[in-house]
Amino acid sequence: MVPTTTKDRSEGREEANPRTPPESRSTSGKAPKACSLSARGEPFLWGFGGSLAIGIMMILGFMTLILWNGIAAFYPKPLQVVTLRDGTLVAGEPIRTESFQPQEESPGKGDKEHGESPSAGPIPALRTLYRIGNFDLYNEDFRWVLESSVEKTATPPDLFFVERLEWGPFVGTVQSIDLAGSQIGGPSLSTNELYSAVEQAAERRAGIRSVERGDIAAVNYEMEEARLALKKAGLKYGPRSPEYQAAEKGYADRSAVLAERYRALEARAHELKSQDAKFTITLADVSGREKVQKLSDVVRMYPANLLSVFQKLRIYASRWWELLSQEPREANTEGGIMPAIFGTCVMTIFMALAVAPFGVVAALYLREYARQGRMVSAVRIGINNLAGIPSIVYGVFGLGFFAYMIGAGIDGLLFPERLPNPTYGTGGLLWSSLTLALLTVPVVIVATEEALAAVPQSSREGSLACGASKWQTVKYIVLPRAMPGIMTGLILAMARGAGEVAPLMLVGVVKLAPELPIDHFFPYIHLERSFMHLGFHIYDVGFQSRNSEAAKPMVFVTTLVLITLIAVMNAAAIYIRNRLKRKFSAGGF
Amino acid sequence: MPETGPPSVRSEGTIYHVKRGREGTVMEIEDFCLWYELAQALFNVSMGVEKGLVTALIGPSGCGKSTLLRSINRMNDLIDGVKVSGQMLVEGFDIYGPGVDVIALRKTMGMVFQKPNPFPMSITDNVTYPLKVDGITDKRVLAQTAETALKAAALWDEVKDRLHENALGLSGGQQQRLCIARAVAGDPDVLLMDEPCSALDPVATGKIEDLIDELRGKYTILIVTHNMQQAARVSDNTAFMYLGRLIEYGLTSTIFTNPRVEKTMEYVTGRFG
Ligand SMILES: Nc1ncnc2c1ncn2[C@@H]1O[C@H](COP(=O)(O)OP(=O)(O)O)[C@@H](O)[C@H]1O
Ligand SMILES: [Mg+2]
Repeated sequence: MVPTTTKDRSEGREEANPRTPPESRSTSGKAPKACSLSARGEPFLWGFGGSLAIGIMMILGFMTLILWNGIAAFYPKPLQVVTLRDGTLVAGEPIRTESFQPQEESPGKGDKEHGESPSAGPIPALRTLYRIGNFDLYNEDFRWVLESSVEKTATPPDLFFVERLEWGPFVGTVQSIDLAGSQIGGPSLSTNELYSAVEQAAERRAGIRSVERGDIAAVNYEMEEARLALKKAGLKYGPRSPEYQAAEKGYADRSAVLAERYRALEARAHELKSQDAKFTITLADVSGREKVQKLSDVVRMYPANLLSVFQKLRIYASRWWELLSQEPREANTEGGIMPAIFGTCVMTIFMALAVAPFGVVAALYLREYARQGRMVSAVRIGINNLAGIPSIVYGVFGLGFFAYMIGAGIDGLLFPERLPNPTYGTGGLLWSSLTLALLTVPVVIVATEEALAAVPQSSREGSLACGASKWQTVKYIVLPRAMPGIMTGLILAMARGAGEVAPLMLVGVVKLAPELPIDHFFPYIHLERSFMHLGFHIYDVGFQSRNSEAAKPMVFVTTLVLITLIAVMNAAAIYIRNRLKRKFSAGGF
Repeated sequence: MPETGPPSVRSEGTIYHVKRGREGTVMEIEDFCLWYELAQALFNVSMGVEKGLVTALIGPSGCGKSTLLRSINRMNDLIDGVKVSGQMLVEGFDIYGPGVDVIALRKTMGMVFQKPNPFPMSITDNVTYPLKVDGITDKRVLAQTAETALKAAALWDEVKDRLHENALGLSGGQQQRLCIARAVAGDPDVLLMDEPCSALDPVATGKIEDLIDELRGKYTILIVTHNMQQAARVSDNTAFMYLGRLIEYGLTSTIFTNPRVEKTMEYVTGRFG
C-alpha cells in the first residue's frame, strides 16, 4: 500500500543519517560517491527555509493586500464621462478593468489587442467597472462598461463628486444653490461660495443633531428614569400604599415638567429643520436630469478632475478623520466606525482586566502552591485542551451561563422595575468581556506558568532564607520577575480576543448600537449595553450590505483599522514588557 | 582559653575532639537522619555547634553537607518528599517539633548560597529585604541597617555611591558579599554558608575569607567548603562527612594534621574526593 511504502522509505532515509560520517570519511579523496541526498542535510535546510519563506510570503501578501486597498481606498479618484456607441453617457469613477468571457457567442474577430489566445473558445473582452453613483436616479451604484462599446472617454473639469448623507454619492454638475431665497447659479457661482455654503450647512446639521441627539435624548432619559422610579416604588410598597401614591404624584409632576421641556425642544428642532430645508442645491447628472438636494445632506463635494495633489490629500485626510470620529450611516457602508473602534477597545481592555488576575492567580496556584502530581498534570492538560474548543462554543456558553443565568438573576434582584426588558439578562459589554476572558484564559495560564517556571529557584530560596513567607516571596521576588512573561501571555490573549468575532455575535455585539458603552449619564460605564465591534463590522459591511461593491473600500479600511488597533495595543504592551525586562536583566557578571 | 575535650564516641562511629567555645553550644543535632523520598541522605548525624565559632563542613561531593546545612533552617521543607528523624535543637528548641514557626526560625539564621543570588533590585533594597518582610518601612532604619550590614560585609566603600543601582550590576564577588550583607542584615545568630566561594575568583575568595574572619565571634558560622586550605584557614572546628555519615568532628588543626580516622586522613591529604 502507498502509505506503508512512504513510511518505509522515510525510515530508510533516517537510517542513512548516522551512517553518513564513516562513509564520507572512507570516500574522502576519491570522487564523491552518489550518497543519498538526505545524508547531506542541505535538502532539508532548503525545505525548512522554503516552508518558512512560503509562510512569510503568504502573510506579507495578505498584509500588502490589506494595506494597499485600505490605504488607497480614500484617495479621490478622477471622474470620467464615457460616451457609448449608442449615444448614452456614463459618468463615474473607474474602479477597475478586467477581461472576461462574454456570454453570447460574439461573431467575428473582436479586439485584436489580445489575440494571443489561440484556443477556440470565446475571445475574452475588456470591461471597466464605473462607480456611477446617483442611486436615487438610476437604482444602481455601479455599472460595467464594455470596452468595445465605448466611443470616447473624457474627463470634464466641471464634474463634481458629491458625498451625501443618503443615497450614496452623486456624480454630476452643480446647477445652482438656493440660500434661503437668494439663488446663485451658473457661472456666477464660485467654488469658494459653494464650499462655504456646504460648510455652513454642516454647522446647521450639527446644531440640529445636538438638539435631537443631545437635549431631547437627555429628556427622554430622565423621563425613563422617572417612570422606572415609579415602577420601583410600586414593586416595593405595593400599588395601594401611601408611598406609591406619593410617588405617583411626584411622577405626574415630573413628567409634566419633562413633557413641557420636550415639546419646547421639539418645536426648536422643527424650526431648525424647516429653516435648514430652505438651503438647497440643484445638481444635474451627465444626461441633464436634475436633482434638488438639501445642502445639509451634502457631506463633502469636490470637482474631481480639477484637484491638485495637495487638495486630494486634504480630502483624503478628511475622509480618514470622518472614518475615525463619526458614526456609521447608510447601513454602515458609509460614515465612520468610531463606535466600533471604541467598542473594540473598551471590550478588549475589560477582557484584559478580567483575564489577567484570573489567569495569573490560577497559574500561581498551579506552579507555586499545588503539590506537583498527577492531578496537577491532568489540570494542565485540560487547560491546554481548552484552547482547542471552537470559539462559538464559548459564545453559546456565555449566552447561556452569563446572560441567561447570572444576568437574569441580577435583573431579578437589582432591576426588577425594568422587567420584562432585560438589563443584564441579555448580551452586553460585561458578558462579552467575560466570555472572551474565558476564551483567552488558557493562553494567560500557560504563559504565566512558563514565566514562573523560568524564575530561578535560587531567588526563591534566597528570599525564603531571609525569613519571607511564601506569599511574600511570590509577591516581592517571583511575580516581578515573571512579569515580562506574564505580559507576553496577556499580549497574546489580547490579540486573540480583539480579533475574535464569532462568540461576540451571541453575547452582545450588534450591527448598530444606539449608544456608546461609556457616556456622560450616570453611572458612566454601562456594562450591560450592547456595543459595536470592528470584527463584526467587517462581517456586517462585507456580507450583509445591499451592495458589496460599495462596501468593499469600507471592508478594507475597517480591516486595516482593526489590524492597526491590535498592533498598537500589542506595541504598547511590548513596550511595557521590555521596560520590565530591562529592569531584571541588567548587568550580570 | 577554649580547650579540646578528649576524643569520645557519641554516635555510632563518629569521633569527636571538638574545640569548645566560651558560650556553650548554639545547636545540638541528635541522631539526625534525612530521606529524599526513599533515598537516605543523612545517617544518624550527631553534633553540637559551638556558639561564636566557625565550623566547617567538609567531605566529598554528594556526602550530604548541603543537606545537613539546609536542614538547619529547614530549607529542605521546599522539596517534596523529604522526611527526617532524630532531633535538631537550636537554643534548646526542637526545630522539627510540632508547632514550630519555620519563618521565625529562618529569621534567626542567615544563609549564603553557592551561587550569588542577589534579587533584581537596588543594592539597598537587597540588603534590607529581611526588614521589608518584617514590615519595617521607616526609611532611616532601613538606611542605617543597610549601611551597618554593608560595612559588616566589607562592601560599603565599594558601593556607597551606587546604593540605588541594580544589584545585578555588581561583580560576582561583590554580589556574594552583598548576599552576606543581606544575611546579616536581619540580625541573625547563625550564619549558614554553602560553598560561598566556589563561584568566585581567588581575589574575591580571599576577601570573603577575610570577611569570615572578621565575623567570627559576632556570629556562629557554619560553612560548607570544598577547599581544604579554606577550611583550615577560617574554621575553628571541622566536621568531616562521608556518604551521609559524620565521620570525624573536631579541632580544625587536628583534623588537617593528625586526624584520628584513616578516612579523614585520606580525604584531607587528597587521596580521594
Ligand atoms: N532534592 C534532592 N532530591 C533527591 N536527592 C537529593 C536532593 N538533593 C540532594 N540529594 C542527594 O542527597 C545526597 C547529598 O547531597 P548534598 O547534600 O547536596 O551533597 P553535598 O552538598 O555534600 O555535595 C546526594 O546523594 C544527592 O544526590
Ligand atoms: Mg553541596
